[in-house]
Amino acid sequence: MGKTIIEKIIQDHTQDEVKPGKIVWMDLDIRSARDFGGPNVAKHYEREYRDEPVADPTKTYFTFDLCVPACTLKYADNQQICRGFAKKHRIAVFDVDKGIGSHVLMEEGLACAGKTVVGTDSHLNILGAVGCFGQGMGDVDITFAFKTGKTWFEVPESLRVTIKGGFDWPTSAKDLTLFILKNLGTEKAALKAVEFLGDSTTNLTLSNRITLCSMVTEMAGIIGFVPQFDEPFVQEILDFSGEKMMSIQGDPDAEYSDEVEIDVSGLPPQIAAPSSPTNVFDVSELCGTEIHSGFIGSCTNGRLEDLQEAVRVLKGKKVKEGIMLKIVPATQKVYAELLQEGVLEDLFRSGAIISNPGCGGCAEGHIGLTGRGEVQVSTGNRNFAGKQGKGLTYLASPAVVAASCVRGEICSPEDL
Amino acid sequence: MERTYFTGKIWVLSDLEGQLIENIDTDQIYHNAFLHITELAKMGEYALGNLEGWKDFPKKAQPGDMIITGRNFGAGSSRQQAVDCFLALQVSLIIAPSFGAIYFRNAVNSGFPVLKSHDVERLVLEGKLETGDQINVNVLSGECTNVTKDFSFGVLPMSEVQHAIFQVGGLFRYGNELR
Ligand code: SF4
Repeated sequence: MGKTIIEKIIQDHTQDEVKPGKIVWMDLDIRSARDFGGPNVAKHYEREYRDEPVADPTKTYFTFDLCVPACTLKYADNQQICRGFAKKHRIAVFDVDKGIGSHVLMEEGLACAGKTVVGTDSHLNILGAVGCFGQGMGDVDITFAFKTGKTWFEVPESLRVTIKGGFDWPTSAKDLTLFILKNLGTEKAALKAVEFLGDSTTNLTLSNRITLCSMVTEMAGIIGFVPQFDEPFVQEILDFSGEKMMSIQGDPDAEYSDEVEIDVSGLPPQIAAPSSPTNVFDVSELCGTEIHSGFIGSCTNGRLEDLQEAVRVLKGKKVKEGIMLKIVPATQKVYAELLQEGVLEDLFRSGAIISNPGCGGCAEGHIGLTGRGEVQVSTGNRNFAGKQGKGLTYLASPAVVAASCVRGEICSPEDL
Repeated sequence: MERTYFTGKIWVLSDLEGQLIENIDTDQIYHNAFLHITELAKMGEYALGNLEGWKDFPKKAQPGDMIITGRNFGAGSSRQQAVDCFLALQVSLIIAPSFGAIYFRNAVNSGFPVLKSHDVERLVLEGKLETGDQINVNVLSGECTNVTKDFSFGVLPMSEVQHAIFQVGGLFRYGNELR
């Protein structure tokens, strides 16, 4: 019998029989820890394994992204703990200047199609965007992974989602993602590997795929793959990471637990209202809701293309007086591209606040908590109560966030 | 010594209608008011302390007892105490149709046997598994016997991986054995 994508990748990393429901030992190509979870990994390691070496320092990394540079004493201490551990074990650190760890692992060509990567980031499954099996885990699991280079994993079932039809600007990959969330909820993809297929997936760029795959976490799925790699896409990843990556496809006779078809023809812009990412509406339904701030960034929408979409709306316009628009590029590399392409200047002229790269603005990071009573539109992936402060958060595309910040209320770019 | 056979008295976590309780989350298993407790031995007295009808469980449970419960046991947060409280009471194992994903990982990593079974829902409904019954379980083969009611049934056998971690007493120790 044929195999699904996830079954193929796992089979490549284990001697055990791979079948949904089976638990296997899986070899890990990369193991990482960030400034959240990382300090516990260091502490567990010191307690359990003392001075014993990690399995392979060249496959082990720290990535600091949550609070960079640290703006609380706790984060500052925690980052120091990790740096000390890294030095002792000769582990490389992508430090506070580098940006979101999952993105850095892709940019560096460390997370590639067919590889296995674990870390303390619950959105590490974003690596599915390049066909890599990334998985977030707890600090106990990551400590063990540092020591042994392995983890155990229960082979998941796979779900096939076929996306039909296409859409035009200002609808974007984020709107597609929110619409899929609306359709799948947190049940249909739960604990499954999801394969996104259909003609319109072929046209998705890398940053589009990153947006889609990042929110498989919110669908409660294990990981999402977009297996259609046509020539331009292969070239795009080559330019991006320096690695030639080939697509991994599910076999025609592979077994899928379920198949879902979602028609996105003519899809209008979407928005998720507080306090769940699955609480999705057409933007037109919430048009006119007063806002106080906007955030464009996060692992979901922090790449050059995302910020170009924002500029497409903001160019020649101004963020409304009294509204804060916070912009956080995903990585240092993106920041350099923004400079080069002149995007940074356009954003600056529109009145946006631009920060150094990282997660800031998504979790309780280095930029932008919301206060009680504050209403924010964000390009992030979670709007649970308390995740970004005490205010209310709506989730939307960069274009919708930009337009809403110009108006001072939720609106679509077409309404301007 | 291999730990393969278990024998003990069962507690069937059911509601007033005798139905297995489903989706018992980690907050019902171990209330967040007691998360500050770090000593394992002290966690036992709070096991199921937030689950309606079962708050006196720690007083009644004896070392070696087993738990049978409904689907998606341990849903919700990742708190390790929701596993450790049962270790503290020396509950020997838990059988459920399914477990929350993080709960399952935490339990396996702690060397605590969590076993899945497709049959227990039906057996409880038919009155064939009741609190107080004496059960034998072979965690490797999945063969079980209800000694009190004299019949056999099955749970899914532990996978080799789960069994290996279980035999050495947890994930960290397993890491040491690989030296
Ligand atoms: S941007 Fe937000 S969701 Fe993404 S890795 Fe950072 S904290 Fe997590």
